[in-house]
Amino acid sequence: MSEAAIELRGITKTFGSVIANKDVNLTVRRGEILAILGENGSGKTTLMNMISGIYYPDEGQILIDGSEVVIRSPKDAYKYKIGMIHQHFKLVDVFTATQNIILGINGDKYNVKTASEEIKKISDKYGFIIEPEKKIYNMSVSEKQTVEIIKALYRGADILILDEPTAVLTPQETDKLFEVLRRMREDGKSIIIITHKLHEVLSISDRVSVLRKGEYIATVNTAETDETALTEMMVGKKVSLNIERKDPENTADRLIVKNISCKNAEGRTVLDNVSFTAKSGEILGVAGIAGSGQREILEAVAGLQHLESGEILYVNPKNDETVNLRDKTPTQIRDLGVRLSFVPEDRLGMGLVGNMDIIDNMMLRSYKKGHSAFLDRKQPKNLAENIIKSLEVVTPGATTPVRRLSGGNVQKVLVGREIASNPKVLMAAYPVRGLDINSSYIIYNLLSKQKENGVAVIFVGEDLDVLIELCDRIMVINSGRVSGIVDGRSADKNEIGLMMTKTQEKGREQ
Amino acid sequence: MFSSIISFIPRAVVQGIPLLFGSTGEMLTEKSGNLNLGIPGIMYVGGISGVIGAFLYEESLSSPDAINGFLAIMIPLLSSALGSLIMGLIYSFLTTTLRANQNVTGLAMTTFGVGFGNFFGASIVKLTGSDIPSVALTNTSQFFKASLPFADDLGWFGKIFLSYGFMTYLAIVVAIAAAFFLKRTRGGLHLRAVGENPATADAAGISVEKSKYMATCIGSIIAGLGGLYYVMDYACGVWSNEGFGDRGWLAIALVIFALWNPDIGIFGSIIFGGLYIVYLFIPGLALKTQELFKMLPYLVTIVVLVITSMRKKREYQPPQSLGLAYFREER
Repeated sequence: MSEAAIELRGITKTFGSVIANKDVNLTVRRGEILAILGENGSGKTTLMNMISGIYYPDEGQILIDGSEVVIRSPKDAYKYKIGMIHQHFKLVDVFTATQNIILGINGDKYNVKTASEEIKKISDKYGFIIEPEKKIYNMSVSEKQTVEIIKALYRGADILILDEPTAVLTPQETDKLFEVLRRMREDGKSIIIITHKLHEVLSISDRVSVLRKGEYIATVNTAETDETALTEMMVGKKVSLNIERKDPENTADRLIVKNISCKNAEGRTVLDNVSFTAKSGEILGVAGIAGSGQREILEAVAGLQHLESGEILYVNPKNDETVNLRDKTPTQIRDLGVRLSFVPEDRLGMGLVGNMDIIDNMMLRSYKKGHSAFLDRKQPKNLAENIIKSLEVVTPGATTPVRRLSGGNVQKVLVGREIASNPKVLMAAYPVRGLDINSSYIIYNLLSKQKENGVAVIFVGEDLDVLIELCDRIMVINSGRVSGIVDGRSADKNEIGLMMTKTQEKGREQ
Repeated sequence: MFSSIISFIPRAVVQGIPLLFGSTGEMLTEKSGNLNLGIPGIMYVGGISGVIGAFLYEESLSSPDAINGFLAIMIPLLSSALGSLIMGLIYSFLTTTLRANQNVTGLAMTTFGVGFGNFFGASIVKLTGSDIPSVALTNTSQFFKASLPFADDLGWFGKIFLSYGFMTYLAIVVAIAAAFFLKRTRGGLHLRAVGENPATADAAGISVEKSKYMATCIGSIIAGLGGLYYVMDYACGVWSNEGFGDRGWLAIALVIFALWNPDIGIFGSIIFGGLYIVYLFIPGLALKTQELFKMLPYLVTIVVLVITSMRKKREYQPPQSLGLAYFREER
């Protein structure tokens, strides 16, 4: 039970001038689940990639069952029975599940049938549900994850590494995954799990190792710790997990949305008669199951969505004139001060150019300013440095390509830029997706600050606890309809949950 | 009508075979994620290398009658393979080892290959002291063009199916073998994984670099045979500079037309070959209209692209990481 399956000694890895890991020591025992905790860019994924042979450490030793090994490639990792389930799945989309699972194995005979039987055996043993002949591009995220895990098991992995496996799963899918992981632990396998979510760490792991800025901090027994202690180890100082919510002052109607409806490309109604008012000096939360029309509402306001009916009125604070945004182009809407900061799952997909540095990405929003033929690089440079400082972006400098930053830091750059443009209406969708606790609270407090400055903030969030803590009012949507708007201070989580999920028939009666 | 079809099909086939070699080679290459736009140049080099080999062999003979059939075939075949292998190695080294941009490298290889061919083509013409700007290697060519002796006795059947030199059948066998390899073998699965998602293949323990080198080099050799076939069989052993024309690009168009399936490529090549010469069979065309007809294969390719883009079926799309260099430690 206490025997070490894998041990890391003094592992160091640098990328150019970025130190990803510095002198890290870590031990994983047989039959235990070890959680690795750390902020964005603290080097968790890099460390795991070195165990699985994607990266090669600059210094240090890796010991398996007490003897030193050299892992130069993923193939070597499999030799030592190490399997890694990456955050971005390593699957070939046009292949079937079976083809993906047997990929790279040089057995005696190429036989898909016997492989399918073997896969079935593994699935039955641990309680997976899988269709071996289904193509990956037809699969849901959790199905893909299942394929990844079976792939590792099929290769006889005894040490499984999961990089943020729950980031993309629903709570129910997460529960199912944890059940499987517990069954594997009973089977004597060692599991390393990377996650941001503290309550998951507490519920699944036996021990927790904490990394901070690439350095190993400590390992504690899960039973002997709690959320506050872990956060403190992670961040390095006491953090108050509180959002400052002041009462709204001088509110005035800023954005009046009246009965808007729209259809998606397939002709399905995605917004049905949606009406709401966003006020200045207030945060309006939007709650709903993913894909209930959140994205469409924001895009409609930003002028990116074609409306079937309804109107969107914007009250200009300068002269109290009312304009209908429906007649305006996205650029005109932007110039009025309506800003959209949408953070999709693929953070680089929208708004940032990966190969350009932070300064250049700032300029993407300002290049139209001024009449000179030459670009003004000074202001964007100041802005970039400001954002790096105030949001604690981990980067070697403002001239580092955004692509080289870790996911959470990329997100800070994106949100920071939109806030810096002095908006009148700020729409933020999932701005903390994939961010660690500390960064999340920085963003929440930034939004609160915007509210205090008289901005009308619309916040689309996933975490109901945060919505209730942060927002003044919460609009709940359900399949493209508004099922109610509740007060953030008196709202009840269960009530909102119910409003999010109740059937459409009930919604109509209302 | 029947007789003109009987004479049309063999001509379409001989037009199509260089394209089939080229496209089979390019398909194997592209399945590894390498978009080798150097194919036209490689086919050119394959052709001229074969010509150099055959020329040196013919020159070494005391009299034209002393020619040995086996050597007359093997020497051009091997020298052609060597020439295109070197081209494939250069391309692989630049794009896979040094991670140079594939498009730029490919286009440079094409420019280089054509220049290489023209230089040595002209040199050989000068060596022969001929007045016309071409080399005729008819003695070697006769072995490449030899068809089965009884083919002529079988009427239309013999004409359509048996009237070709051995390289025609080789092209079809190679295409079928490539299709079988890609779809039915473990090696094929691994190669396709490399082209679709090299990071996945790498994580699964497949050597991405080795796969890319192998596929590109073997693909280049196959494509180069297309150049050799053109000179030795189609052109009856006569090499003239620029004679190969735009067939290399047509081979790349055929890859798209056949949706990266070497077996569909067999039929595609004959259709392309037919479209390429169909103007000869339509009476009363002016010279400029004939040129318009030569556009047909490209037009058909565009139509296929439009249709497959509209269908949006994933299997019809090119390999996902086509044209991208892979570096394991890339962030």
